[in-house]
Amino acid sequence: MAATDKSPVTGTGSVALDGLLTWVDQRFPLISTWKAHLAEYYAPKNFNFWYYFGGLAMLVLGIQIVTGIFLTMNYKPDANLAFASVEYIMREVPGGWIIRYMHSTGASAFFVCVYLHMFRALLYGSHRAPRELIWIFGVLIYLLLMGEAFFGYLLPWGQMSYWGAQVIINLFSAIPLIGPDLSLWIRGDYVVSDATLNRFFALHVIALPLVLCGLVAAHLLALHEVGSNNPDGIEIKKHKDENGIPLDGIPFHPYYTVKDIFGVVVFLFVFAVIVFFAPEMGGYFLEYNNFVPADPLQTPAHIAPVWYFTPYYSILRAVPPLFNSQFPGVVAMGVSVMILFLLPWLDRGAVKSIRYRGTHFKVALTSFVVVFLILGYLGTEPITVWGQFGSWLGNSDRATVASRICTLIYFAFFVLMPWYTKVDKTKPEPDRVTF
Amino acid sequence: MSDDKQVNNTRRNLVIASCAAGGVAGAAAALPFAASWLPSERTKAGGAPVEVDISKLEPGEIMTVEWRSKPVWIVRRTKEMLEGMTSVESKLSDPASDVPMQPEYAKNATRSIKPEVLVLVGICSHLGCSPQSKPNEAKAEMGADWSGGFLCPCHGSKFDMAGRVYKGAPAPVNMEVPQHVYLSDTRILIGDDKKGA
Amino acid sequence: MNTLTTLAENKVCAPRRNWKRLQVLSLLFAAAVLTGPSPAAASDAGVKLDPAPINPTDVASLQSGARTFANYCLNCHSASLMRWNRLMELGLSESQIKDNLMFASDKVGELMTVSMIRKEAKQAFGAVPPDLSVTARARGADWLYSYLRAFYRDPARPSGWNNAVFENVGMPNPLWQLQGERVRVEQAPKGGADKKDGHGPAHPSYKYELVKPGSLSPVQYDETVRDLVNFLVYVAEPAAPSRKLIGTLVLLFLLALLPLVWLLKREFWKDVH
Repeated sequence: MAATDKSPVTGTGSVALDGLLTWVDQRFPLISTWKAHLAEYYAPKNFNFWYYFGGLAMLVLGIQIVTGIFLTMNYKPDANLAFASVEYIMREVPGGWIIRYMHSTGASAFFVCVYLHMFRALLYGSHRAPRELIWIFGVLIYLLLMGEAFFGYLLPWGQMSYWGAQVIINLFSAIPLIGPDLSLWIRGDYVVSDATLNRFFALHVIALPLVLCGLVAAHLLALHEVGSNNPDGIEIKKHKDENGIPLDGIPFHPYYTVKDIFGVVVFLFVFAVIVFFAPEMGGYFLEYNNFVPADPLQTPAHIAPVWYFTPYYSILRAVPPLFNSQFPGVVAMGVSVMILFLLPWLDRGAVKSIRYRGTHFKVALTSFVVVFLILGYLGTEPITVWGQFGSWLGNSDRATVASRICTLIYFAFFVLMPWYTKVDKTKPEPDRVTF
Repeated sequence: MSDDKQVNNTRRNLVIASCAAGGVAGAAAALPFAASWLPSERTKAGGAPVEVDISKLEPGEIMTVEWRSKPVWIVRRTKEMLEGMTSVESKLSDPASDVPMQPEYAKNATRSIKPEVLVLVGICSHLGCSPQSKPNEAKAEMGADWSGGFLCPCHGSKFDMAGRVYKGAPAPVNMEVPQHVYLSDTRILIGDDKKGA
Repeated sequence: MNTLTTLAENKVCAPRRNWKRLQVLSLLFAAAVLTGPSPAAASDAGVKLDPAPINPTDVASLQSGARTFANYCLNCHSASLMRWNRLMELGLSESQIKDNLMFASDKVGELMTVSMIRKEAKQAFGAVPPDLSVTARARGADWLYSYLRAFYRDPARPSGWNNAVFENVGMPNPLWQLQGERVRVEQAPKGGADKKDGHGPAHPSYKYELVKPGSLSPVQYDETVRDLVNFLVYVAEPAAPSRKLIGTLVLLFLLALLPLVWLLKREFWKDVH
């Protein structure tokens, strides 16, 4: 740079700024943090499309927090006032409708980014050693995110809000012995009511967001400790230059900051299309029935969770009752999420990335995605959506049969993984990254 | 191979342009959030002008109405009250109402449109308490030369029958006369000057 | 190694592979939206709805709908999330609103509430007439347009009216003076009972006849209902016009920003091989 390099610490041109930063850096790990996590965090140079979604998920977290704070300024967490207060925001608070639509779209965008982000991990083996803890923090984030969305969805106090919460909390009453008391304790009342709304409000607005931010920090710290994976699934730290910098590594800043900025603009374009031109998204993001105020005396004909929960809802519905209890279904739904924690240990493949895996894994992963999508779609519709089979199959609903098959395949993906990843005929991994 | 200075310039210009565009985007994105703090339609409706019927207001009587959550007094002043106002001018901080605590049409000796009807925001100009009415008859409490007005219980500020502040009071200026207009001889619209729909 | 590494020497990434994935994803996305739940899912699944020919930018239509709404609906229904003075957006002045639309309340800054007492309403109609502020978002324009034109005389019902779109509805036909009175006539089902369509036993098919004409011709009545539905859609989301306008500006800005940040990225990534 310039011959008259003023500051030994920051290297910027301005003496005043250098002085200030040096003063801070002597008392706070400013420069070392900047270096460790940005300017000298060496990430593989072959990140592709799938690598945008982690950063985008963080962006959406920020959007949700900011829009959420401003919604809280006008929202009333009272069963008699909540529905009207949301419409008050939409109509009477200047700019309120933008804030509301950003928050509702952001909720769905969050899950799109998180699902694609998790899929990337499956593709390239980012859950494998030594990154198991990153994966575990990630699954915890996913669980908390589902909780956050569930609590948040009660707040508008529409028909779907109310009855969706009622149904899901009633699932807990299927647990033997403690079930009904547990549901009563969760609700704070005999049915979902103002008591439930108030506590869900507190959980949604501060409790879970606080923990989520902590987990995201832990997720990133764990990542930076080990270093990022890449589409080839090989460890770039195996080949370093004489300064200890991985040969296939590039500093996150400026290369990935600048690439992520581009990704952010593309994302914001899609986000804006939805916010401004299709905020309801065909009834998937803002459900039509939720524009009817909650009525405890009238159950809607068709209760379905929001789209991002529907695969698990399908699994719940697919499991038949046992001894008049829906408990097996509840267990199956719970296990279908919790089994994600075990992934690093179920996967016994010789290679990390799908690029070098054999047919077994490719078929398994493709099947998993397909059944996840089918289960997801079926969960948005009534169980009769595909009609019935003839009497030769007991006049059963086609969708039930399909969900059951898909559920089996879903679980098979995990349960059989130790076997099929082991016998999989893999290709040799490259020594250095490829694009 | 490439000209080093050339690449650096392009890079710098792109960074500057992107930062500028990002700044514009950031400012635009901040707009709805800042705007959400402006008074909402519900608030504006609550702050709407209030119509008052003074047909039953007797001479010497004070009526109180609420406007923007503030008490507004309407006093039908008697001849004695009006005469009393001229006699105390030397004791007042701002007898000519130079400080704009009233609309232009109330910048006169009686601080009103009609001399006998006073419209006053019933809040002390010191720290916001609501003064008490101390009519002419309260001479025992207020002193022999008291000719009617108001006393603020919080810190002792005194005002005359036009809401003008006495010298020596902690209150710095006269009490506020709100915008108002006569819709008819007996109907006043408080909070608005214009008679239009 | 393979040709991919040599390609990588010249390109920074392999766009072809990623665009394909993007196309597949967007197709799935579009399919999901197109097969998504429609507003009418809340009511009879089997009823065919007429598309509502509404034009949200037609101010005259909206004003006409406002008048119909104030005259025929606000007696029983409220729109208590909507403020009267918001109607100034439709090109009406405060006095026009006060004189032509407001019959019960007197302040133009108030909400469109109704004076009917809920308990009495429930006794009279079997259910409390719901607030209509966001009904157009819950039911959809097509449903409302079909519903308001589907009333027919039914002596079996307490109100004397029934509705082809909302069976056994408690609401009488508020617009009967305009539409006239229709009756339902059963027709023989086409081609006999048909089980193959998967919807169970054959539905009888019906015809509706206007037995007593109203003050409007059928075409005029349809237009009146169209304007009313247009108005209800507006009331359900008054911010919709600004939403689309601001959205266009935002998209144009982002579209302009896109090449700039792309160039920025490409410029820095020239270093990376």
